[in-house]
Amino acid sequence: MIKKILLSGWTRALLFVLCLVPFFDLGWDAYTQNLTANPVEYITHKTGDWTIRFLMITLSVTPLRLLFHQPQLVRFRRMFGLFAFFYATLHFTTWFCLDKFFDFQEMGKDILKRPFITLGLAALLMLIPLAVTSTNGWVRRLGFKRWQKLHRLVYVIALVGVIHYYWLVKSDVRLPLMYGAIWVALMSVRAVERSRNRRQAAVSV
Amino acid sequence: MIIRKSPEFRYSDLTPKEQYLNRRRFLAAGSAVLAAPFARADNKIAAAIKSPFSTTEKITPIDLATHYNNYYEFGTGKEDPGKNAPGKLDKIRPWTISVEGEVTKPRILDLDQVMKIAPLEERIYRHRCVERWSMVFPWIGFSLSTLLKQFTPTSRAKYVAFQSYYNSKFELGSFSAGIDFPYVEGLRMDEAMHPLTLLAVGIYGEMLPDQMGAPIRLAVPWKYGYKSIKSIVKIKLVEKQPPTTWNKESAEEYGFYSNVNPNVDHPRWSQKKERRLPELFPRDTLIFNGYGDQVAGLYAGMDLRKYH
Repeated sequence: MIKKILLSGWTRALLFVLCLVPFFDLGWDAYTQNLTANPVEYITHKTGDWTIRFLMITLSVTPLRLLFHQPQLVRFRRMFGLFAFFYATLHFTTWFCLDKFFDFQEMGKDILKRPFITLGLAALLMLIPLAVTSTNGWVRRLGFKRWQKLHRLVYVIALVGVIHYYWLVKSDVRLPLMYGAIWVALMSVRAVERSRNRRQAAVSV
Repeated sequence: MIIRKSPEFRYSDLTPKEQYLNRRRFLAAGSAVLAAPFARADNKIAAAIKSPFSTTEKITPIDLATHYNNYYEFGTGKEDPGKNAPGKLDKIRPWTISVEGEVTKPRILDLDQVMKIAPLEERIYRHRCVERWSMVFPWIGFSLSTLLKQFTPTSRAKYVAFQSYYNSKFELGSFSAGIDFPYVEGLRMDEAMHPLTLLAVGIYGEMLPDQMGAPIRLAVPWKYGYKSIKSIVKIKLVEKQPPTTWNKESAEEYGFYSNVNPNVDHPRWSQKKERRLPELFPRDTLIFNGYGDQVAGLYAGMDLRKYH
């Protein structure tokens, strides 16, 4: 039953629409003029929030797959990852267009002088090759092993995203710390799985 | 940081609609004196004197000013104080303020006594937040110096330390907010005695709303917003520079003086520009927030980068 649901095209379509809800919600806020007194800050924070959430969702696919023995879950991983890239791009575009107003000199200064901006931009740049090589064609072209190695970059990206968040808040670090804890938990599941596989391999040898 | 929106919350939840509409009419008339005919509601206060210190810049719409606040005791999101603070401060009576320390006659004042110290003035000040946004507020109050003079400071009074009200039932404790409560602030004596330094009890023709620091707060327009401490319960004159909340959190980022200065960056962002909400395009930040003519003399010969 669960397998059937997971394999259904409808499930994928439904998830796709759900992933767009934050985007349309933001559009609705803009339409109804509910973007607070500081719309630019509001949009920046909201798109940033959803970027890190989608990164965590993407990272949780494998642990969930392992814990619940549902290998079909992996079917959605690419979509979640691409939505992380989508919201990251919106986040960057808001900063670039509405905060810096295309002022490249100011942007350059910020990137060099403000470590949290440096990290944010680094994370976005690292996401680009992953988005580009997210297609089946690229998996074939690179070969699965190499493709997988490249895509492990997302572990680093998510961590960089957490630090970016931690460094930008003024004093209330609860949310960044929460994402940090989620990252540690998701990576721990992988580490445990890895050591178990290694042990099994050793036994079978 | 997450900012939650609350489409269901309007200013009308705080204020009966009748009054609300009256206030709009009063605002449209643009004069505190005209408030008199509507002065039935007890949260209205009339400021008879128009201050020459007022700017002629456009006043920030009240709905924005009351729904975009920093008041960490009630949450760190900008819209949290507007949701969480109402009803938590303005009902506290008697509200007492202890004036103590290096004064000849320390005394505890009730709010009503404070409000009678001097005639209330309306002063329209620019307000620049350290987070690069600014607003224009029509404060009502009087110069802090008038109050301080009544207590005859001793010769040892070099600084003034202020403390906010705090109740552990408020939304956030120090651990969650990341800053110590109760909130404390301080000014050098000459800054505190400067006529621009306002002890505010009202805004927009009314008593201060809770999210803006009811019932009594400071408005120090040439300094970043966090220096204008809210909901004051203690004023202590001291000899040594007192600790201040944001400075304790990060001295490098929030200096004791915290004068608005486009030439001294916050370590994590430039202070050259600001967004005058709700405008979209940033404008240049002015040194001392445009009050240099009045206050630059206070800092003559000081290295403003070192004493930021």
